[in-house]
Amino acid sequence: MKLLLEILIPAVLAFGLSVPLVGRLRRNKSAELKAPPGRTTLAPTRPPVAAPAAPVEVGEEDDSDIIGDEWQVGDGDTLVEEAPVVEEPLVEEQPVELLPERPRFRDRLGRARNAFAAAIGVRGKTAIDQSTWDDLEESLLLSDLGVHRTDAMLTSLKERVSAKELTTPDGVVDALKADLKARLAGADRALRQEHVEGSPNVWLFVGVNGVGKTTTIGKVGAQQVSEGRSVIMAAGDTFRAAAAEQLGTWASRGGSELVRGAEGGDPSSVIFDGIQRAAAKGADLVLADTAGRLHTKTNLMEELKKVRRVADREPGRVMEVLLVIDATTGQNGMIQAQQFTEATDLTGVVLTKLDGSAKGGIVFAIETELGIPVKLVGLGEGINDLIPFDPDEFVDALFA
Amino acid sequence: MFDSLSDRFDGIFKKLRGRGRLSEADVTAMLAEVRTALLEADVNIKVVRGLTDRIRAACVGVELSKAINPSQQVIKAVYDELTVALGGEGFKMQFASKPPTVILMAGLQGSGKTTNSAKLARHFKAQGRQVLLVGADLQRPAAIDQLRTLGKQIDVPVFSDDEAAKRGDGDPVFVAARGMDEAKRLGRDVVIVDTAGRLSIDAELMDEVRRISETVNPTYTFLVIDAMTGQDAVQTAEAFHQTLELDGVILSKLDGDARGGAALSVKEVVGKPIAFASTGEKLDAFDQFYPDRMAQRILGMGDMLTLIDKAEKAFDKESSEKAAERLMEGQFTLDDFLEQMQAIKKMGPLSGIIGMMPGIPKELKNAEIGDDALKPIEAIIHSMTTEERRRPDLINGSRRERIARGSGSTPADVGRLVKQFQDMQKMMKKMGGFGQKGGGKKGKKGRFGMPGGLPGGMPQLPPGFPGT
Repeated sequence: MKLLLEILIPAVLAFGLSVPLVGRLRRNKSAELKAPPGRTTLAPTRPPVAAPAAPVEVGEEDDSDIIGDEWQVGDGDTLVEEAPVVEEPLVEEQPVELLPERPRFRDRLGRARNAFAAAIGVRGKTAIDQSTWDDLEESLLLSDLGVHRTDAMLTSLKERVSAKELTTPDGVVDALKADLKARLAGADRALRQEHVEGSPNVWLFVGVNGVGKTTTIGKVGAQQVSEGRSVIMAAGDTFRAAAAEQLGTWASRGGSELVRGAEGGDPSSVIFDGIQRAAAKGADLVLADTAGRLHTKTNLMEELKKVRRVADREPGRVMEVLLVIDATTGQNGMIQAQQFTEATDLTGVVLTKLDGSAKGGIVFAIETELGIPVKLVGLGEGINDLIPFDPDEFVDALFA
Repeated sequence: MFDSLSDRFDGIFKKLRGRGRLSEADVTAMLAEVRTALLEADVNIKVVRGLTDRIRAACVGVELSKAINPSQQVIKAVYDELTVALGGEGFKMQFASKPPTVILMAGLQGSGKTTNSAKLARHFKAQGRQVLLVGADLQRPAAIDQLRTLGKQIDVPVFSDDEAAKRGDGDPVFVAARGMDEAKRLGRDVVIVDTAGRLSIDAELMDEVRRISETVNPTYTFLVIDAMTGQDAVQTAEAFHQTLELDGVILSKLDGDARGGAALSVKEVVGKPIAFASTGEKLDAFDQFYPDRMAQRILGMGDMLTLIDKAEKAFDKESSEKAAERLMEGQFTLDDFLEQMQAIKKMGPLSGIIGMMPGIPKELKNAEIGDDALKPIEAIIHSMTTEERRRPDLINGSRRERIARGSGSTPADVGRLVKQFQDMQKMMKKMGGFGQKGGGKKGKKGRFGMPGGLPGGMPQLPPGFPGT
């Protein structure tokens, strides 16, 4: 209250005063300068989510209204006692043939590595000079490692050079790589699962728009099915047009079942339906998709908190909350990770689109500074192009 | 994490007080801060080096006079340089003399091509154009469904081959060609071709989009880039430019808190303007791009102009002018305050508005501010009588007690609000007249201070104002 008063009152006043003033100033200015045309942007808010859960369809080809109860998830402790569930599996589960070998980092990254010519240029030179440092700086910055981390690393390397500990450019590059690898060593990158009868594991996927959450779930689902687990995908992205259809395609490709709600429905209840369905069916794992959201949208982050809370209720148990982040993401990725972990208590990071020209260096910062381990890496569009994160290969790839 | 450039400069200039001229070393120290700020904003390192060289040239020998704050002067130099770098000619859309005008949308996966195709369609439709959307993304599952749903929302027809998309064996070049025929058949004058996301290093898919481009012969080719993109923006833009000869860039997801340095990098390297920017999830959250606002954003100055634009729509012009006058004369009442608060609420989510204000302390920006944050304040004011709102000094112990009961707060809360309001009122009175001269005069920079180089300007609050 105190904080609000001290800041909001002056802000409101100052603001109220500045509006007409600036307006006046602009009108005066427009005589001499061409004023920028007025904008018609509306406040970027989503329509309020309809409170009652929409009828949920189970299975993509099934139109019988099996689960149609209205329930409020999240508020009271009176939940629907029992979700009517169909007995027969609705989707034919076909075992997926996985490629014998998954792609390795290096094979995929090889073609994108030309940007690291700068660092390669450092090697083979005889003396350490300013160009060595410029080249290293450029490599680190270009990988989106961040300016403060880059400066700090180079400073410590420079000290070691002055102390005659490092004497050649090759030695400097090796020391830098060793340093980076050491900082990523020892993290637990396993995806957590725990088999308890009647209580399915839930993995929740969160992130900003367009990072590849739905695609990642598709790949994870197929891999888990091929390892012998039964998987249900819950289409918690009820906002983006056709997101559930997209997930449905992945579900049928990979042999999992889809649980979806109506577009614009309450994501918590869709995911809870998925969990109940999994519990009734004795499925091992629920992969819960969520709508992409910018971490700055308070109401949407609140919605996500609720999703996590509800998913953790009986019979579900949230074992993983994975932040999906795109390798092209710049320094904003750090803020994303901070905000998302505050809202949902992240357990890991999935780095997608690393097969492009972007290096994904921001995950280094996220792991070392926030302690959230990178668990998976996306290296392509195929179902097998999602592999466990390997820090050594990641760092080697940075320097080709 | 992101300090605004003016905060960074403060420290440097404290040491410089009393000197008449910036030395080479001073400029170097400042440029180091500029470099950090630009890199934190994801401006490409190569672009940063070029920019800092130009800024150095503009700064050396800046006179330190008593009248003008040198840090503001340097910030202005940086800001001007960025605005020029971002803006240049700017983007002007010209429709083809022989319709249809064809627009090709390209970009990486997840950059927002489909959504922005629909937004662009809506933008042209609002200008009275007959638009056809062509869905040539046969790759991503349900991409066509998404485009169709969006098309329905804005009432623009969508052409695609749904069957091929479902089978996954369609040829996007063929679909694009048929889309062009369809546009001619329907007599549409704008065709927007949405393509699949692709990596710039994927030779096969880059060749495919080149063939789409050759087939539809676009009037404009836009690259859609995510505002959160880091250093890679340049490489991506260069590769797409090489393949497609871009005409401009659409910057998506600018409604987050990313500084958007990618925009600057792309403009510098490819030399093509940012044509449009997408500022929200709704389909009307899309507009042409304003270089000056982007420059402010990259420097962490807040997006004041966007805010003012929003405000001008929410505030009633006459009553806000009058209120501002009363404010400067110290005649401002709690009723006026209430009215302003309600106007601000009309502008959208409070947290978004606060995020755009320059100089707001980080603690508050990071704090979760729900839209009901203003409610307790409103409740208190609503519980006052008309007389009390006009003359808050009437409020004594028993009145405080009554107001607190009526609003569900404590007498101390009521007291604090009244005191705070009166302090502000006094201060505004002291500053009265300042604002009328416009933004040309630079006040002493307080906590809420804003760089004076900006167009417009906000009244400065006194130093030592308890910010947090």
